[in-house]
Amino acid sequence: MRVSDIFIPAVITFILLAGVVKEVDIAQEFMLGAKENLVTVFEILPSLILLMTAVGMFSASGAVDLIAGILSPMTQFLGFPKECVGLAVIRPMSGSGALCTLEDTLSKVSPDSYAGRVASVIMGSTETTIYTISVYFSAIKQRAYAAVFAGACFADLCGFVFSALIVRLYF
Amino acid sequence: MLGLITAVLCILSVPSAIVFSKTSELSKAAIESCSDAVQLAVCLAGTMALWGGLMRIAQKAGITAAFEKLLSPLTHKLFKECDGETMKNISMNLTANMLGISNAATPLGIAAVKGMSRSGGRYTKRNIAMLTVLNTASIQLIPTTVGALRARYGAESPFDITLPVLAVSLISAVGGCMMVYAVSLRGRKRCG
Repeated sequence: MRVSDIFIPAVITFILLAGVVKEVDIAQEFMLGAKENLVTVFEILPSLILLMTAVGMFSASGAVDLIAGILSPMTQFLGFPKECVGLAVIRPMSGSGALCTLEDTLSKVSPDSYAGRVASVIMGSTETTIYTISVYFSAIKQRAYAAVFAGACFADLCGFVFSALIVRLYF
Repeated sequence: MLGLITAVLCILSVPSAIVFSKTSELSKAAIESCSDAVQLAVCLAGTMALWGGLMRIAQKAGITAAFEKLLSPLTHKLFKECDGETMKNISMNLTANMLGISNAATPLGIAAVKGMSRSGGRYTKRNIAMLTVLNTASIQLIPTTVGALRARYGAESPFDITLPVLAVSLISAVGGCMMVYAVSLRGRKRCG
């Protein structure tokens, strides 16, 4: 048994136990909370369809390799491993796409190599940025503005650069 | 901006598919990924409803208030003029992110940004941007998915990347927050 396997059930048990102790109307409150989130999911669905279609087309077309090829002279100059450029391109857009790319990278280079470690750190320390922005802003029915994109893109850029840097320093 | 990004992705994919002779894959992807989105939403609906219900119980039992208090030194610095309910949602969102339960984190984050946009005020835009950026920085105590994948491909100690992952996500979160500060400061000056 691993600790991570028992973690989610433990959280659920803890919450329900606290509910019982504090005499919360568990069934009633659960239904209210669940209903609210169901409504939210269907509110964000239209923008999810648009985004996922675009990302799906983009990944299927091989454009990732094209962009990685264009970026590679610059990344090589900065000492960023060439195996990780494709991952950095797809990571902000598609979580499943990034996971496939990471799997592909780890099957080609050793997970304990420099490139393998940088790829792992990139995957763990960044998120599907575009997807997250899309979800939050379609939920409040607003257009995302400059501060959001500047902050999120800068955070991603920091993530990529420092993944390469910190792996080099740490190992 | 988001619409522009999706448009650029679609438009870029056509010539690139022609160059790499992947046009059949492209048309297949266009038709299939829209259904994938619905499938994803159906899966999300289950877990998000589960966590929504549980979080509501946690809120009534006073658990969220405890986490709000715990994180308040940080959250009160980053988020200005938010009501109590929103602060609780922010705290739980950040906690769920740290524990790696993203399906619980997303609805909490949505509830928080909804609260922010309802209340209005001077700092609304900055607050929403700040929470979005913190969520895109993925601050996670233990990178379970990546660790499992590294184990499968024969890493000697799959979780030896835990500290670097945490360090990098903290750096990128701080960088992103500073950028949000800088851009909203400039925006306010321009407005007068």
